[in-house]
Amino acid sequence: MFLATVVGTVVSPVQIPVLDGRTLLLVQPVDPQGRKQGRVRLGIDHAQAGVGDRVLVMDEGNSARQMLDAKEGAVKTVIVAVVDYIERDGALAYDHRDERSTP
Amino acid sequence: MHLARVVGRLVATQQYEGLRGVPLQLIQPLDDEGADHGEVVVACSAISSGPGDFVHWIDGREAALACPESFVPVDATIIGWVEEAWSNGRKLAP
Repeated sequence: MFLATVVGTVVSPVQIPVLDGRTLLLVQPVDPQGRKQGRVRLGIDHAQAGVGDRVLVMDEGNSARQMLDAKEGAVKTVIVAVVDYIERDGALAYDHRDERSTP
Repeated sequence: MHLARVVGRLVATQQYEGLRGVPLQLIQPLDDEGADHGEVVVACSAISSGPGDFVHWIDGREAALACPESFVPVDATIIGWVEEAWSNGRKLAP
């Protein structure tokens, strides 16, 4: 799993059936301090995340299929949690309350 | 899963039999500003997409799972047509 910031949304009316009814969000992988760390990609929302949230993203097909109950579904990147607080080496790295203004 | 723009089509009559009837298209991957990012990729299409379409696609093992026959040598498949995408507060229009 990796940390990411939700930076956008994608509306896709024509798609493979397994994605129907799912929200697609654009996530930017970040390090605990919020610095960009990798390529933006699409994730299937599974945690009611919104733009600006710091989230935890699971990027592995097998787990995604189990979570979305899609036996042979083409799913891989799933947003599994909205992060409230990150501590690293004993210091605060992220707190969603004061980070609200800077995604 | 990533964003891309379909830039072409490809026909291969001599190919792996599991791919018969599966459309092959050239896609240009895009970054979070809708700009070109990396080389053009040949992808199967699991939806009715065509050149000029703004799409999203999946790579790796899941690309084969999106094809009609799931045991095919495929690592990129278009799985959705994007009507609208917003990133960093701006609407993407590649």
